[in-house]
Amino acid sequence: MIRAAITSAAPDIAAELARLEALGGGGIASFTGIVRGEDGLAALELEAWPAMAERALGEIAGEAAARWPLLGVTLLHRHGVLEVGERIVFVGTAAAHRAPALEACAFLIDWAKTKAPFWKREHRDDGSRRWIEARHADDAAAARWG
Amino acid sequence: MLRLLYFARVREAIGRDGEEIERPAMAETIADLVDLLAARGGGYAEALADRSRLRAALDQRFVPLDAPLADARELALFPPVTGG
Repeated sequence: MIRAAITSAAPDIAAELARLEALGGGGIASFTGIVRGEDGLAALELEAWPAMAERALGEIAGEAAARWPLLGVTLLHRHGVLEVGERIVFVGTAAAHRAPALEACAFLIDWAKTKAPFWKREHRDDGSRRWIEARHADDAAAARWG
Repeated sequence: MLRLLYFARVREAIGRDGEEIERPAMAETIADLVDLLAARGGGYAEALADRSRLRAALDQRFVPLDAPLADARELALFPPVTGG
């Protein structure tokens, strides 16, 4: 069961986990990405290309389902202006055993960071705005999955 | 006609989120077209100056800048993605 979507509202993590737990597997893994509190950061804006983002998230989730024996995959990514502490992305996996659930979860966030059309922009306390630069470490993390 | 889409820093520098253009006969690849757009100067030149920080999608598929335009209907130009 694949659930991939771009959303404006924060994911309800309890509901998302319950959905995965109901699939009959023995292991559920999840990752939640949060807006990190940094000096001078007022908010984080996520610009999206909605049409392609939804498709890209679906393809990334489908790739995980093809590589690991998963009972369920959930990949939810927000767009809009988010405050410190808000949820940006939620990844959840369900499998018969822990290994595929944990590995697929790591794969999903690594690929989502580098293969889905979203762009982060910081809104600073002084009113200025700054685009976040892509990080080589993220590319390396995605590349290790081949 | 070719529909162009701009996102993030590229959109901001150019000052619009997209436009329709006649496909230039001389532009075989995305890079060729980017050269022609950059030659417009101003925000276009600024947005497209650093090709190492420019990415593209043809008809919603990520492709390298040297990919042929072929018969694509939509080309998106944007910086490397930073979601997640």
